[in-house]
Amino acid sequence: MALWLTQLFNGLSVSSILLLIALGLAITFGLMRVINMAHGEFIMIGAYAAYLMQKIFQDSLPGSWFGAYFPLAIVFSFVLAFTIGYLLETTLIRFLYGRPLDSLLATWGVGLVLQQLARSIFGAPNVGVTSPSWLDGGLRVMTGVVFPYKRLFIIGLVILCLLAMYFYIYRSNPGRRMQAVMQNRDMAACLGISTRRVDSTTFAIGSGIAGIAGCALTLIGPIGPTIGTNYIIDAFMVVVLGGVGKLAGTLVGALGIGMLNMLFEWWTTASLGKVLVFLCIVAFLQWKPMGLFAVRSRSLD
Amino acid sequence: MNAWNAMLSAISLPRGKLWLLAGYGAALAVLLTAPLYLSDFRLNILAKCLAFAIAALGLDLLWGYTGILSLGHGVFFGLGGYAMAMHLKLVASGDRLPDFMDWTGVTKLPWFWEPFRYAGFAILMGIVIPSVLALILGFFTFRNRIKGVYFTILTQALVIITVTLFVGQQKYTGGTNGLTGYAELFGVPLRNAGMKNALYFATVAALLAAFLLCRYLVKSRLGKVLRAIRDGENRVRFLGFDPSVYQMAAFAVSAGLAGLAGMLFVLHVGIISPSMMAIVPSVEMVLWVAIGGRGTLVGAVIGAIVINEAKSGLSESFPDIWTFFLGALFILVTVFLPGGLVGLFRQASQRFRRREPAHEHDAIDVSPVLREGNRSV
Repeated sequence: MALWLTQLFNGLSVSSILLLIALGLAITFGLMRVINMAHGEFIMIGAYAAYLMQKIFQDSLPGSWFGAYFPLAIVFSFVLAFTIGYLLETTLIRFLYGRPLDSLLATWGVGLVLQQLARSIFGAPNVGVTSPSWLDGGLRVMTGVVFPYKRLFIIGLVILCLLAMYFYIYRSNPGRRMQAVMQNRDMAACLGISTRRVDSTTFAIGSGIAGIAGCALTLIGPIGPTIGTNYIIDAFMVVVLGGVGKLAGTLVGALGIGMLNMLFEWWTTASLGKVLVFLCIVAFLQWKPMGLFAVRSRSLD
Repeated sequence: MNAWNAMLSAISLPRGKLWLLAGYGAALAVLLTAPLYLSDFRLNILAKCLAFAIAALGLDLLWGYTGILSLGHGVFFGLGGYAMAMHLKLVASGDRLPDFMDWTGVTKLPWFWEPFRYAGFAILMGIVIPSVLALILGFFTFRNRIKGVYFTILTQALVIITVTLFVGQQKYTGGTNGLTGYAELFGVPLRNAGMKNALYFATVAALLAAFLLCRYLVKSRLGKVLRAIRDGENRVRFLGFDPSVYQMAAFAVSAGLAGLAGMLFVLHVGIISPSMMAIVPSVEMVLWVAIGGRGTLVGAVIGAIVINEAKSGLSESFPDIWTFFLGALFILVTVFLPGGLVGLFRQASQRFRRREPAHEHDAIDVSPVLREGNRSV
């Protein structure tokens, strides 16, 4: 029982990070049909932003302030990833609309450049980020089961982001414009929505969320230039599984992949677990090729 | 005047073909005489590039002609490589177990290693295993109309799991180190200078055969259907074809060619490891085709050779710059040069020819390449 609880909790915490990463992917893909292979590098940008913030607090501010760095780091990660995402969209991605495979290759190139850039600036080895002391320790649920505060914090952060995204997409005006463009771009443009602006803002928001995910990852372990690549394929799988265009799809997809990963890796080995998850996804796609929550439409191609 | 124009256009088409044939002949002559003027080291690099060119041909058949982008060709390449490497390793170990099995505590040769004692079996498997894997994956995806970026993502996941599997099953695959330390093939030592030349010529022959096969496929009715699928899958479906069968066929042939390339690669380089079928090599293969010009077979070959020669020059001295260069190439080619080098050449020659009486059939040729990719989701 205790083992089960711990494993379930771990699965949940992996799922929550996957969710954060896949959220941005699903939105950009649903909206612009652009697969952003550099999405993993926005995670990295967020992680290094947190590292920088931590370094500033360590080196030049009084020690008693150190605990306050993390909330600031979250904001900084978001802003930095948001800005770089915005720049990327306006300088490159917008030339690739309507060419999904090309956009995939070009953004892969961007990812490669960003990775190498991080390697040149911060060095190839992983760097550790000291987490604030108020996140040490854990919540004792029962004998032998301790939920670390860090992971609880991450889950809370993800829920917060999810709520914020929900209100943004479904309750705010820019979000409604975004949905309109997602459902029918031409009609939305006819009604006076600047689809260009919606595209770039959405892309930037997706990147920003990836940045937050990167910031959260610094709590779990050391970070390096290739930190994004470890998560990105799983995040893509979430998008494939959950379908695009619905927040709920991403949520269920992330939970599904995260839990399956945990279960299979627990029951078999890490390498066999990955194979089984992949087989499950392919089998699932036999049943629902467009993912769990596909937006129905009659359009062809 | 009219008669003159008619005569000119009547000659110029064969003349173009003549030039083309002369170009192919010259390229072949250069390749066949390469051992005479290249050092052993350079010849080895060229042989490696030619092996890569075979994989590029297969990828081009799939991506350039059928419009399916696979980022998982490293897996097929690697499977071919491992098939050959298993045979070489067994021969090198003689009666004993391969060394890595000793270290990992395996006492008996696993059953699936056993038949790889025979070179013929290994060579056959190097092509059959990748093709069958592609057929299986294709069966479960194309039949459900999973295509475009969805398929691409799935192929990338295939890479991840294969690499983790090969690294994880160290007892059977040699783990991260892969398989190396070969001695001989067909009883001839691999270090032998004559053997090296023979392997080089075998690679040239394989490349030629692969090229002719792809050319035949592309020119045939099958090739027409493949291009039709690329340009409008649903229209093909409405015309009564089943696109998934053709897609599976293209995927399988393409994977088989990648396997062949992997086998030759192992013979030239002397090692295969999971890192050679990881994500980066898989995506690099796509870059070869993109640079050379997708949708043209000769473009794929040129791309593979040019990029790999450049890589062996650049990455040895400046590995960091190479990564930047690689990333920048991806961006530049997809944004500015969707037709690749061959597309560039065609545009240039078209502009040149425009001064002469216009040939309308030339103008059509470039556009399908440039339009590729926009209908795949």
